[in-house]
Amino acid sequence: MKLARVLVLVLAAALAAGPAAAQISDGVIKIGVLNDQSSLYADLAGQGSVVAARMAVEDYGAEKKGMKVEIIFADHQNKPDVGSQIARQWYDADKVDVIVDVPNSGVALALNQIARDKGKALLISGAATADLTGKACSPNTIHWTYDTWALANGTGNAIVKTGGDSWFFLTADYAFGHALERDTEAVVTKAGGKVVGKVRHPLNTQDFSSFLLQAQASKAKIIGLANAGGDTTNAIKQGAEFGIVRGGQNFAGLLVFITDVHALGLPTAQGLIMTETFYWDMNDKTRAFAKRFAERDRGIHPTMIHAGVYSAVTHYLKAVEALKGDDGTKVIAKMKETPTDDPLFGKGTIRADGRKIHPAYLFEVKKPGESKGAWDYYKTRATIPAEQAFRPVDQGDCPLVKK
Amino acid sequence: MNTQALFSQLLIGLINGAFYALLSLGLSVIFGLLNIINFAHGALYMMGAFVAYFLLQWAGLGYWAALVIAPLVVGLLGIVIERSMLRWLYQLDHLYGLLLTFGVALVIEGVFRNEFGSSGLPYTIPSQLVGSYNLGFMFLPTYRGWVVVLSLVICLATWYVIERTKLGSYLRAATENPTLVQAFGVNVPRMVTLTYGFGVALAALAGVLAAPIYQVNPLMGSNLIIVVFAVVVIGGLGSIMGSIVTGFGLGVVEGFTKVFYPEASNTVIFVIMAAVLLVRPAGLFGRAQ
Amino acid sequence: MTKPGGGEARTSVLDPGALGPASPATAPERVAEWPAHHLAAFGVMVAVLVAVPFVRQIYPVFVMKALCLALFACAFNVLIGYVGLLSFGHAAFLGAAGYASAHAAKVWGFPPEAAILFGTVAAGGLGAVIGTLAIRSRGIYFANITLAFAQMIFFFSLQATFTGGEDGIQSVPRGTLLGVFDLRQTTTMYFTVLVIFLLGFLVIYRAVHSPFGQVLKAIRENEPRAVSLGYRAEQYKLIAFVLSATLSGLAGATKAIVFQLASLTDVHWTMSGEVVLMTLLGGLGTVFGPVAGAFILIGLENYLAQLGAWFTIVQGAIFVVCVLIFRRGVVGELGRLLRKPL
Repeated sequence: MKLARVLVLVLAAALAAGPAAAQISDGVIKIGVLNDQSSLYADLAGQGSVVAARMAVEDYGAEKKGMKVEIIFADHQNKPDVGSQIARQWYDADKVDVIVDVPNSGVALALNQIARDKGKALLISGAATADLTGKACSPNTIHWTYDTWALANGTGNAIVKTGGDSWFFLTADYAFGHALERDTEAVVTKAGGKVVGKVRHPLNTQDFSSFLLQAQASKAKIIGLANAGGDTTNAIKQGAEFGIVRGGQNFAGLLVFITDVHALGLPTAQGLIMTETFYWDMNDKTRAFAKRFAERDRGIHPTMIHAGVYSAVTHYLKAVEALKGDDGTKVIAKMKETPTDDPLFGKGTIRADGRKIHPAYLFEVKKPGESKGAWDYYKTRATIPAEQAFRPVDQGDCPLVKK
Repeated sequence: MNTQALFSQLLIGLINGAFYALLSLGLSVIFGLLNIINFAHGALYMMGAFVAYFLLQWAGLGYWAALVIAPLVVGLLGIVIERSMLRWLYQLDHLYGLLLTFGVALVIEGVFRNEFGSSGLPYTIPSQLVGSYNLGFMFLPTYRGWVVVLSLVICLATWYVIERTKLGSYLRAATENPTLVQAFGVNVPRMVTLTYGFGVALAALAGVLAAPIYQVNPLMGSNLIIVVFAVVVIGGLGSIMGSIVTGFGLGVVEGFTKVFYPEASNTVIFVIMAAVLLVRPAGLFGRAQ
Repeated sequence: MTKPGGGEARTSVLDPGALGPASPATAPERVAEWPAHHLAAFGVMVAVLVAVPFVRQIYPVFVMKALCLALFACAFNVLIGYVGLLSFGHAAFLGAAGYASAHAAKVWGFPPEAAILFGTVAAGGLGAVIGTLAIRSRGIYFANITLAFAQMIFFFSLQATFTGGEDGIQSVPRGTLLGVFDLRQTTTMYFTVLVIFLLGFLVIYRAVHSPFGQVLKAIRENEPRAVSLGYRAEQYKLIAFVLSATLSGLAGATKAIVFQLASLTDVHWTMSGEVVLMTLLGGLGTVFGPVAGAFILIGLENYLAQLGAWFTIVQGAIFVVCVLIFRRGVVGELGRLLRKPL
């Protein structure tokens, strides 16, 4: 399961002549995939992101174009100090040009600063905090797949509209949980609901019993889970033990991935509503990608984070090829100038604040009878068009956005 | 005052306390006879849970079999540890024992973390214990009620064996004066080894009990062991009844703190420990040495 | 037949007296009077460390981390090696100082030297408080009480808003040292850290090889006799504790500035365990042991970083091996070979 440090895929022995290679630092484009490989976020990102990155490089045809691309990966263990040290070493000593993925908003924020200080590139697919395109926005970072604002806007609004107007938050106690709770609370109050209580739990909590009891005591109609991965699935599973649903309350999974639904099983997960920006079964292109991905990743179907890594790496390579160089700040600027187009997200754009724009979807987990087999888990409840899916560009307090 | 909140948290506290009691019991028994603070206790508890997981995955043996097999397997491992490593340290200051068992704990945790990552593996509640009782102020999952009952039974049975039987009396005598007991013909080294094995088996049993509720996770032991240390010290190193009473009691105190002052619930046990150490260094039930 | 444990007759812990020749009986006043072997070893150490930024293959940030932790280990060694008290909660001082200096630099805008000073003093203050309460105990109880206090500091750090919990205090500015040296330059930062390390090292050396250090040794060997000679043992132990805490704080405060981050890792009990391991591996009660131990351990960590949890396994194995058959540690064994204490 654990692999030693692997330098993979030195593509192309034949170097394209002259200028193309000369301005790419040391002639190699080095991509570092940094995420959680061993803990509660390992399934939704983990090795799958590495696979997605490799597929992006291959599909792009880097070899044929004479670009030498290397991919390395590491485990940040959800600790900002570990992530920071790896990032520094990668950028300073190992000549990494771009770091991608980085789930865990605390780590992402730390790396955001480091990339900025060193003038390198950072493409975030895994982390959620909308602050990355808000107060912490940087000319070296692009926030790809989704963010807490989009989740709150999608799921929060939908649930309040169906009658869930009193909320109790169960929040992971770090940057991501705080951001998601803040953004969802804003949506709920704006839509006329109220928040009757909140409790914070440590990241990677195994036993939610005392938190669930507090949620029950609050008598809120909706228990908002401002957490992800293993935390979300544990809370839901243990909620069943404590009779949360029997007692008349419901869970709102504010960030749920298809790997979580797979771990929970349809009988437990059915009816959950969530907002995502990618589902493998939406069209022929996504289905084709999922099939190839599953073959390379032990049968697992891609989450939106994996799709985001693929899309981000593809666009990055386009920008590097056009620029004929890989200076971090310049490449990011080029990526913002160029509209995006890939088989997974379709056509999209990147805003001045670093926010990638594409549509979001409201999904509902199917009942066991409705599913035709493994991984056939979602039905689409609504599509949120790209212009409405993300926070308006002028509301984020991002210094890069001219007012 | 929200009585529903109070009673339900106290009940959860009692369940946590059951684990504290079981683990501190094993630690106390080991310290009493070996004078070693067994830092590996948490890791061996975790192994108990993993053995239960393996038995289910690979041998199709369920919970009830695991309750018997896991302690035996881990107890055996404990005996190996004692014979091969711990017994060389008896003449040295017992802090070396702490450091050695700390090292053993790191090795065990590292091996499992390498193989299984650091988030939990699922272990289903045995079908006989699924479901919950509606107690009015909360739904009590049947399994958690079972945990409290079984822990109490085991704790009291251990106490009885040590305090009221002949075997127990040899053990207690050996704690006070091993040379004399050896002179009477009792094989003290073997008793020491078996005691370590037994203490460790208790930890493994706690692990099996924990598997369905706390998830089978390589970090489950290290999270718990520091708290259990505090419990043992408060109760009195070496005191059996002290560990049992303090274990359950501190679980309840923790639950209580969660209701009234949740931010302090993590630290309350350590604050109590510091206070007890300053006022009564031998612990609440301990004998001053 | 083996009698398990030694009871409470022995007041000292992990008696380094059994580890090799004792330190020189005279208290050197000037560098010229330092024992030649210490001077030589010190010279080698300084030469190697000064050369580091000029060697391409070595990543200076890695050496800076090792230097901070080496200082931490040296400070820890004061307590265990010379007073005989095993503290299992020393991370509290490393981490608390880190948070203090990070906060001072980032939120209050202190220049780096003031931030580091602030962090160091904060750790010293914390050391005075914890020391006063802990010094009355010995042996296992001392270890436990320091662990308890460290856990309290950990949970406080987890919950307080200014520490940032899991996220830590990020984007701590490196600043300009004394208004002149831009610490964002790696080489400048490196030499600053080196100077700080050497200063701390020399303070410890001076304190230990002085009349004060002699009294500590006397207390470690036979406390009742030292008391009967008129020495207030508790006071001496407390001073040593505060010294150890303060210099641990210096290490932590510097580390926060170097890495521009103060995080929970530095207050977690596994960090307390790591410093014990560094000192044990290097050699308890030796002068250069903790430095060697720190460098070896950080080197191992770097080498094994990509291999999942292998570092934890190796750490555990080193603990076991050291306790069983290598109690003198690397420098201790080296000293024994050379027949000169190092």
